[in-house]
Amino acid sequence: MIAEAGHYALVLALGLALIQSTVPIAGARWGDHALMYVARSTALAQLLFVAASFTALVMLHVVSDFSVVNVFENSHSMKPLIYKITGVWGNHEGSMLLWVLILALFGGLVAAFGNNLPLSLRAHVLAVQAWIASAFYLFILLTSNPFLRIASPPIEGRDLNPVLQDIGLAVHPPMLYLGYVGFSISFSFAVAALIEGRIDAAWARWVRPWTLVAWIFLTLGIAMGSYWAYYELGWGGWWFWDPVENASLMPWLAGTALLHSAVVMEKRNALKVWTILLSILTFSLSLLGTFLVRSGVLTSVHAFATDPARGVFILLILCLFIGGSLSLFAWRASSLKQGGLFAPISREGALVLNNLFLTVACATVFFGTLYPMAYEVLTGNKISVGAPYFNLTFGPLGLALMLAVPFGPLLAWKRGDLLGAAQRLTAAGIAALVAMAVLWAWTWGGATFAPLAIGLAVFVIAGAFTDLAERLALFRVPFATAIARARGLPRATWGTAFAHAGVGIALIGIVCETTWNSEYIGSMKPNDVAKVAGYQLKLDGVTQRQGPNFREMIAQFTVSLDGETLRVMTPSKRNFTTRGSSTTEAALLTRGASQLYISLGDTNAEGAIAVRIYHKPLVLLIWWGPVLMAFGGLLSLSDRRLRVGAPKPAKAARALQPAE
Amino acid sequence: MTRKQRRLTMIGGSFAVLAIAAALVLNAMRDSIVFFSTPTMAAEKQIPPGKRFRLGGLVQPGSLVRGDNLAVNFSVADGSASLPVAYKGILPDLFREGQGVIAEGSLDASGVFKADTVLAKHDETYMPKDVADALKKQGHWKDDYGAKPAAAPTQEAMGATKGASR
Repeated sequence: MIAEAGHYALVLALGLALIQSTVPIAGARWGDHALMYVARSTALAQLLFVAASFTALVMLHVVSDFSVVNVFENSHSMKPLIYKITGVWGNHEGSMLLWVLILALFGGLVAAFGNNLPLSLRAHVLAVQAWIASAFYLFILLTSNPFLRIASPPIEGRDLNPVLQDIGLAVHPPMLYLGYVGFSISFSFAVAALIEGRIDAAWARWVRPWTLVAWIFLTLGIAMGSYWAYYELGWGGWWFWDPVENASLMPWLAGTALLHSAVVMEKRNALKVWTILLSILTFSLSLLGTFLVRSGVLTSVHAFATDPARGVFILLILCLFIGGSLSLFAWRASSLKQGGLFAPISREGALVLNNLFLTVACATVFFGTLYPMAYEVLTGNKISVGAPYFNLTFGPLGLALMLAVPFGPLLAWKRGDLLGAAQRLTAAGIAALVAMAVLWAWTWGGATFAPLAIGLAVFVIAGAFTDLAERLALFRVPFATAIARARGLPRATWGTAFAHAGVGIALIGIVCETTWNSEYIGSMKPNDVAKVAGYQLKLDGVTQRQGPNFREMIAQFTVSLDGETLRVMTPSKRNFTTRGSSTTEAALLTRGASQLYISLGDTNAEGAIAVRIYHKPLVLLIWWGPVLMAFGGLLSLSDRRLRVGAPKPAKAARALQPAE
Repeated sequence: MTRKQRRLTMIGGSFAVLAIAAALVLNAMRDSIVFFSTPTMAAEKQIPPGKRFRLGGLVQPGSLVRGDNLAVNFSVADGSASLPVAYKGILPDLFREGQGVIAEGSLDASGVFKADTVLAKHDETYMPKDVADALKKQGHWKDDYGAKPAAAPTQEAMGATKGASR
């Protein structure tokens, strides 16, 4: 009954989406207000029905109704409640339902809080949203219906893939989707602007916060996924340049570029056409990510060819939306008015440079991700493009961009003074050189590249705060005045500083982890001692335990440093009986920003256990960086500027709340 | 600066960055592309020692020998040829004799494949896609390992598969 209700609600949502995709456009064409208002009510109703449908699926999972295929294949009655719920989006059908739920959520937010938008713009935006929604409802209903029943219901389910039974996975996909799908808003705004053939003031004011919201979630989502991979997969890697990861990195790069070009558009009314194009590209990359992950093309080009229904459907959606929007762009972009003039050395120029590097870096990732597939389709030979390719292409571009980051905020709009900016960055430059020299002396004869990269990171961080110090006139005016100035400073400025510093912090973490990571791999018997980076780890013993849906082998290690016992670490290996597969639960010991990491391998005949122990210096900075970036984004989002100037500031302020 | 000059500067700058990026890509493509071979293909192509490639096939039953200090030797076979593999480290959870495997590394002078990475699919019902496709091509396909697209792993599972097995 619940399953049928959920299915029916989804069909109704499709019906509403179809109305929403046509009626408001007709209304806008004829200037009929009543028809344009249809968009608002249908968007809200659609949200209601999708939410009902999603709730139905969650309930089916919670009560373990194995007469539903989706529940049978991905759940187990003994599974803890939390994983029964998160298991809903741990599979293809459920995660697609989450995708449309979030799409409807964003549509609903525009509908609910978009009262200050010009009526026809809102009608167009919501109609475009509904086009996307309709396509994905059809996809779910025709190829991936989560509510299908089994004729003779089994007693027990097949359980969720054990590596997904983890709290990190409870939060990671929704975050990622909030980011992915959030970019649909700027896409819809861009297409609406192209249809209307004009971009007015409200456009820029609206696009930036929405892009920012999506970007914040995507940043956190990617960081969380990376941390999950780090602790759950058992060998301490945090980024594999796997196509699945690249699928989320590409929209992030394009989205970051969009964020910066939207600033130019908002402040200076320039780069309009480019911003529109970036909005389209960013969401196109999100769709591409969905295609890569959902069509099975990654598991195997072969699997894609034998079960083409899903893949071809998403490919069609992809072609339709990317092709359609780009054609529309080619056709209408010339009718948009050009914006203000600026010299190449200026804030605008710096932001253009940023865009250039980010989009080119995005293109290299795109190429490396899709080349093996294209190669296999064309020649039949298999190749893999691994981490070295990405390190050699993305690395230099990223580092070059970072060198330029501190200069951007110090340049004036319209016409900047590069020499002046360089002078003001002297202190940051000196800090960077000192850091380099100290590190180089300290690690004498070691890595040469690492001190340089860390120097660069210090430059970025110090540069970010140079900008703040300059604006506060710190050390030049009495401290109290500087504090008063700090209060008056726009939050967006603080946001910029934190976000840029976050990039530097992440770089420090990345460089330290990859360069000075020490490891011990070997087999240990009880009372054996392993020494890693000055720490002594003694294996006390191995015990067995029965979990809710798994058996667990736990090893106990006592960690000591210079004879002083610090803590006990208990890595384990879980064996999931239903799927017959096992997962490695690493044990982590955090010391400042560094971590000790133990994961277990096989036990051999003599009772010795294979052990991997890592010491990862400053590894946590890799994720603190993105968190700081997201925090900067949040500060920027709370900026007055984004609320003031809109006719109803209070409403606009509430519209931003979902980010918090 | 006139609009025209400004535009020229922008376009010039863009081309410079694009050219650099293209050079980087071409340079990286030269060194970091790794081809996939089965033992038969490796024998036919006469891959020189030291050249990195991915070797895929089935772990020959009875060939697994564990040495001291996590050293492992086994053979990878594809029905018509087999190749000895030497590896040091922890094997992935699902490494079994008779199961599909992919090893990455290079041949040494004596014709032993020195692997630095061994991948096995995380889900027991799967076999590494490259291996499955290659075996099919050579007509050694008996089981329907690949015919289970309905349970396509989710995004995370796939990322996991790759990492967990390293």
